[in-house]
Amino acid sequence: MIPMSVVRKTARELMDRAAIEIPDDYLTGLKKAADNEDGDLSSFVLHAMLENYEAAKEDRRAMCADTGVPRWYVKMGNEATLEGGPVALEEALRGATAEATDGVPLRPNRVHPLWRTDHNNNVGLNAPEIEYSFEPGGDWIDLTTVHKGGLFGTDYRMLFPGDGIEGIKRFYLDCLMAFGKRGLACQPAIIGVGLGGSKDICSVLGKQAACLRTVGDRNPDPRTAELELELMELGNSIGMGAMGFVGKSMVIDCHIECGYTHTGGMPMSVHAFCLSSRRAVARVYGDGRVEFRTDPNWFTPYMRRETVGWEPEAESLRQSV
Amino acid sequence: MGTGSGKLKTVSLNLPVTTEDLKDIEIGTVVYLNGVVYTAREGVYKKVIEDGEQLPAHLHETSNANFHCSPAATRNADGTYNVGAMTGTASFRFSKWLEDWFRISKAKIIIGKGGMSSADYKKYFVPNGAIYLTTVGYGTGALLGRGIKGIRDVHWFDELGVAQAMWMVEVENFGPFIADSDLEGNSLFERENAKIREGVDKLYEGTKEPALHRYGESNNRGDEVI
Repeated sequence: MIPMSVVRKTARELMDRAAIEIPDDYLTGLKKAADNEDGDLSSFVLHAMLENYEAAKEDRRAMCADTGVPRWYVKMGNEATLEGGPVALEEALRGATAEATDGVPLRPNRVHPLWRTDHNNNVGLNAPEIEYSFEPGGDWIDLTTVHKGGLFGTDYRMLFPGDGIEGIKRFYLDCLMAFGKRGLACQPAIIGVGLGGSKDICSVLGKQAACLRTVGDRNPDPRTAELELELMELGNSIGMGAMGFVGKSMVIDCHIECGYTHTGGMPMSVHAFCLSSRRAVARVYGDGRVEFRTDPNWFTPYMRRETVGWEPEAESLRQSV
Repeated sequence: MGTGSGKLKTVSLNLPVTTEDLKDIEIGTVVYLNGVVYTAREGVYKKVIEDGEQLPAHLHETSNANFHCSPAATRNADGTYNVGAMTGTASFRFSKWLEDWFRISKAKIIIGKGGMSSADYKKYFVPNGAIYLTTVGYGTGALLGRGIKGIRDVHWFDELGVAQAMWMVEVENFGPFIADSDLEGNSLFERENAKIREGVDKLYEGTKEPALHRYGESNNRGDEVI
């Protein structure tokens, strides 16, 4: 049985790590971009950001004072049981969010959309969001927190099969152009693209692609992987860099996730994570052990399965083709 | 100071500033601030401009630099404050209050995220001898946090909450910021946009207009959406 006190303590620690420590994969990607950037202003911005990460880590202060909208992703092994059940889990995650708001400190960003009521703890109606996924086997629970900005850099559009790859490229560029100017998207960023699903799942997939896959990770479908690389290059050829200044670092990586969709449609969402790419992950085991990491490993072969039941051999064959 | 700042002109200003102090600031100049800056955004603007509440007495003699932001901060039990990081919020949405705000606050520097339009600069900033500084990144929150030496005062904390209250922040070597506007009302962001616009047609070559259109859009990719 996974002890809830350990879950809560771990969640609290994750809030700190996400807010303060830049994940290694993104840092490596950004350093590479900084080395290649030749725009004076863009280059200045990237170096200031690199210095900012150092300052945050040294001082144990938040990288960015805009907390964004902190949220949780939970993946449970099929053998896992939780002390107190899922209700206790949700209380632990909401509790850790509230405590961290005071403790890091984080900005209490979450307000009621109409009445602007602020509980000053980033907790409220449907906040923080908690999304779930499951995994065959395993007496453990993976907790991932993501602190993503909440205002700019994201859009959705219903495209149709006839719009084709050229239509996908156009909407992708539109998003980067619209939110890249003046740097509203806080680029360079990991760009996530959701393709297919229904409207809500299309948005969810794009966001998860941006926030839950690491720099350098490729979709197991080779043609999708190729499109990821093509979109990354396209984004970096706009002539725009950090803060919308002339430059060539716009996209640190591009991730695409697909979901089966209506036969007549090809819905698409685009999400820009940000220059701080705040995510932190831990696995808590049934015996109370905790392992911290920065790769959420969210999109497992099981998550990407196409079959009715779980047939790992068939999936590994299909995904390796 | 940013390791990449070698090529950019860098200036340090003591607050409050005079218009004379701002004469040498060009668009693209890197700026650091010393003295007191205050936060004011929609909550304070509504209170002061729409509800007619009084600003703290002699505000402009203490500071004439208005930061569009909220700190990541908490109030301790003993009434002191703990400020971790500071990061600007997008300024374009505050333009409707600026004419009145400059008159009432006598601000000379507005700091925020992403600048405003050169039309706003010419209409509101230039007549008041004021300039706009943008935060860098965005999200050099930790660097800005380091520049904070203390909290002198917080106004309307209980009514407006942490995010919207007016924080009077004592700062030293607070930055970096980049000047988006100069005293003539030019905009760095618009200059950069104009350069990027030159490549747009080529960039979009071969892409396809979607079958289903949407109302209210601009199809001119040279335009901004703000």
